[in-house]
Amino acid sequence: MKSQRLVQGNEACAHAAMYAGCNFYAGYPITPSSEVMEILSYELPARGRVFIQMEDEIASISAIIGAAWGGAKTLTATSGPGFSLMQEGIGYAAITETPCVIVNCQRWGPSTGQPTKGAQGDVMQAIWGTHGDHPVIVLTASNVRDTFEMTVRAFNLAEKHRVPVILLIDEVVAHMRENIDWPEPGDLEVIERARPAEAKGFRPFAGDAFLPFGAGARFHVTGLAHGPEGFAVSDEAAAKELRRMVGKIMDRKVELAMADRYLLEDAEVGIVAYGITARPAQAAVDLLRAEGVRAGLLNLKTLWPFPDHLVAEVSERVGLIVSPELNMGQLVREIERAAAGRCAVRAVGRVDGHLLTPAQIATEAMDALRAGADRGMAERSAEGVRA
Amino acid sequence: MSEGYRKFLRMKQLPHVWCPGCGNGMIVKALLEAVGELGLEQDKVVVVSGIGCSGRTPFVLDFNTMHTTHGRALAFATGIKLANPELKVIVIMGDGDASAIGGNHFIHSCRRNLDLTALIFNNGIYGLTGGQLAPTTPTGKRSTTTPTGSIDAPFDLVRLALGAGAGFVARTTSFDHKVMASLMKRAISYRGFAVMDILTSCPTYFGRMNEVAEPYDMVHYLRDTTSAMHDCTCGETDEAEDPVVAGAAALMSTGVFRDEAREDYGTLYGRKVAAAVERQRSAT
Ligand SMILES: Cc1ncc(C[n+]2csc(CCOP(=O)(O)OP(=O)(O)O)c2C)c(N)n1
Ligand code: SF4
Repeated sequence: MKSQRLVQGNEACAHAAMYAGCNFYAGYPITPSSEVMEILSYELPARGRVFIQMEDEIASISAIIGAAWGGAKTLTATSGPGFSLMQEGIGYAAITETPCVIVNCQRWGPSTGQPTKGAQGDVMQAIWGTHGDHPVIVLTASNVRDTFEMTVRAFNLAEKHRVPVILLIDEVVAHMRENIDWPEPGDLEVIERARPAEAKGFRPFAGDAFLPFGAGARFHVTGLAHGPEGFAVSDEAAAKELRRMVGKIMDRKVELAMADRYLLEDAEVGIVAYGITARPAQAAVDLLRAEGVRAGLLNLKTLWPFPDHLVAEVSERVGLIVSPELNMGQLVREIERAAAGRCAVRAVGRVDGHLLTPAQIATEAMDALRAGADRGMAERSAEGVRA
Repeated sequence: MSEGYRKFLRMKQLPHVWCPGCGNGMIVKALLEAVGELGLEQDKVVVVSGIGCSGRTPFVLDFNTMHTTHGRALAFATGIKLANPELKVIVIMGDGDASAIGGNHFIHSCRRNLDLTALIFNNGIYGLTGGQLAPTTPTGKRSTTTPTGSIDAPFDLVRLALGAGAGFVARTTSFDHKVMASLMKRAISYRGFAVMDILTSCPTYFGRMNEVAEPYDMVHYLRDTTSAMHDCTCGETDEAEDPVVAGAAALMSTGVFRDEAREDYGTLYGRKVAAAVERQRSAT
């Protein structure tokens, strides 16, 4: 029998990080993420690993990047205000191709907002928050078991592609307790960063192989535009490096895409949801089906690079995509872009600090269907007039 | 010392970017002499910098080098050192880097006492961005953002470091080359957080804005605005005879203001880990 544990999302995240081999945590307390650091403050030293509480989130992101170059697998966890402070550091991690994981337990914003209310308002910030084009991977999770798995996956992708990986959960997933099958060592794949075949002559920015400081090569790391050796370049050489860095993530869009599907095969309405909102969305599918509307759910776990092909696939089969989010419409823009006019897209947002309900999502879907039908009739009669 | 320091230079990255007459080169030479004389293993030395003219130092140094973000070098260095305590981590910051945007990391590093060496290239101005006011610009001096003279009170970085709890605190100038190298040896060997406030010349901005444009005059300016060496082997100094205070009126005191043996953060953390691992073992 698999062992089970009743744990919070934050608890699952902390333990999953250790499962993935995280041996360095630096952070600054902030609701609703603090349990991650509180747990690790006890568990990491007990395993001979490093935990440090820094003076702020800027120091935290800087310390985990430094620690990665010191050879560690590193994590920090935060929420909105702290995530905003980390943006410059995330850009540094991106341009220096530093493997590291940043967990953002989203809360209602902007600013201090509502610290104890869940939200999905940081999606675009996670993707575009730091200045300049840059490589980054953004993942999300809709329940506690997912949080465990996606934390491990975040480490794996950071290691494999030498990139900062951001895991977006939210206050509700972070604090919700669920009984989950507890992964035993070996149940989930754990990937380690590739080492160069030879330390001597290591070129730090020539590929996915990674060597820390003090391991037999001496090299330079900088946030300036740099070539494969790490020294500053400009003009076309800088453009080439930027294209390579961004390309190594964007070109792997299909490989990186992860999603769960529910009753999509015969669907005429596709709900495309993610994170906590995928749960009421799944219940909405059942409500709609009870009303005779064949609905289905695409639950996105990879938010960036945006899995265009998965949404495009849905848009080819359905007449309507419903996009529920706990914000005023963020990922829906990517969804609209990917659907490319092949079907109607209806955004359903909620920003009062509460979760969307299944009924709300289903009602919006019905409303959009009716509006679509009306529009269809209007178009047909307009054609009739013309004829 | 001979030309031995050259082996620590990345010859391919020379010439460096600094202006003729900039004091930074003198500091770097002293640093490399100190590293050479201490016999540090080149592969195990990490030099971390922030952003500024001073931040450009690591480009030309043949160690493991990391040019980080403005003000955050100490936080990056904290991660490196904790992840691999075998590395000798030396941090180079500008005065604005260390005490304006990076002031928070600076005071917390002083209090935390991790085994790092912090070298502040203190030219009293923002060099890289074109001569703006720094938190260290003396009151009355001109900069490109205080064209008629500053009304701000400057930080005394030695007092700041002492107050924040650093275990080794020294000040010297790029003019005192020999002294600087020997102090650097002490700072680098110190087990814990060591701070050196190194007053240096920026003839291009500080000099031109303040009638000391000639590099030669800037060196004299450093000599004439600082007072003789003070060596504190006593631990704490009595406030009444605090050399920093004594010198504050007109001259900046130089020398060693604190050199106090105490347990560094790494040692304390190691002990915590040993106890935690033991607790875990006896529990299972
Ligand atoms: C976040 C951020 N803000 C501002 C800057 C612009 N900037 C670069 S160096 C610098 C100050 C340089 O002065 P100092 O730290 O004293 O170093 P120096 O150039 O004199 O060695 C500033 C404001 C930056 N790079 N990053
Ligand atoms: S601007 Fe000043 S600090 Fe910068 S290189 Fe020139 S002289 Fe040196």
